[in-house]
Amino acid sequence: MEQSHIKKQINFIKNSLFEQGYLDEQFIQLEDLQDDANPNFVEEIVTSFYSDSTRLIRNVENALENYPLDFCKLDDYMHQFKGSSSSIGAKKVKVECTHFQECCKARNSQGCIRAFQQMKQEHATLKRKLEAYFQISRNE
Amino acid sequence: METINVCTNARELHVLAVDDSNIDRKVIERLLKVSSFKVTVVDSGSRALQYLGLEDDKNSAQFDDLKVNLIMTDYSMPGMTGFELLKKIKNSSALKEIPVVIMSSENILTRIDRCLEEGAEDYLLKPVKLSDVRRLKDSILKTEGDEIRQIQSHKRKRNDNLSPASHLKPTPKLARL
Repeated sequence: MEQSHIKKQINFIKNSLFEQGYLDEQFIQLEDLQDDANPNFVEEIVTSFYSDSTRLIRNVENALENYPLDFCKLDDYMHQFKGSSSSIGAKKVKVECTHFQECCKARNSQGCIRAFQQMKQEHATLKRKLEAYFQISRNE
Repeated sequence: METINVCTNARELHVLAVDDSNIDRKVIERLLKVSSFKVTVVDSGSRALQYLGLEDDKNSAQFDDLKVNLIMTDYSMPGMTGFELLKKIKNSSALKEIPVVIMSSENILTRIDRCLEEGAEDYLLKPVKLSDVRRLKDSILKTEGDEIRQIQSHKRKRNDNLSPASHLKPTPKLARL
């Protein structure tokens, strides 16, 4: 009884993450790679993502302080960020990376700064939600 | 009768995966292991060439375990791109037979064409899925299977050309004693 209640909670959280567009199909692909020998693969990947992306965010912040902005370098950072977001199924983060890249192409400094703020927000929000999800999943 | 020491059913295919992204390396490694490949992962084209350089070792018979059956490389990497790595591999007499697959987040037709023209086996859009890897495995196994059948058929033809009682003669090893 206890177990099925937790299962329901886990599914509820997961479904809402998908419905609200935080995660996409790739997250399911990663879950499909888990087995008894590797039950925490997705959590490990997400943890790696957050530690790598924290470094990348710092790099972008530094780059945004140097005027005139190096749009080429910023675009490159976003390409990397977008790639790893895509690899974990972080849908909203990926979308914000695309916005940032569009601002780089348009050489729009203010646009880049705004897009970056949005991206950081989505990045932090997803982290909170996934931490909650993994915590509950571990109780299963 | 010689035994062929390449028996793809009995051994695992070995993939060398190349990607500068830490996350993508972890994901591709898992995808490949789940699909029963043996996996070596490196973070750059130059490290990949270093690794493959072991195959030029004259004592490579000892290093059968290191034989690479497939290379999967990211396209966009700093330093040497996946395309440059592909070219180097296809221009190497020692390595050109190894199938190379390019992985990229970008669906650019001219890029895809260029890679295929340069000899890439396939171009996969990232994020790479399990179904992509399975399809790749089937294709590689089929190619190796065809090669083995070709070798076997040549050997049979050669044996048929010898005298009818050739299978009763002592093996070449014994004859040398």
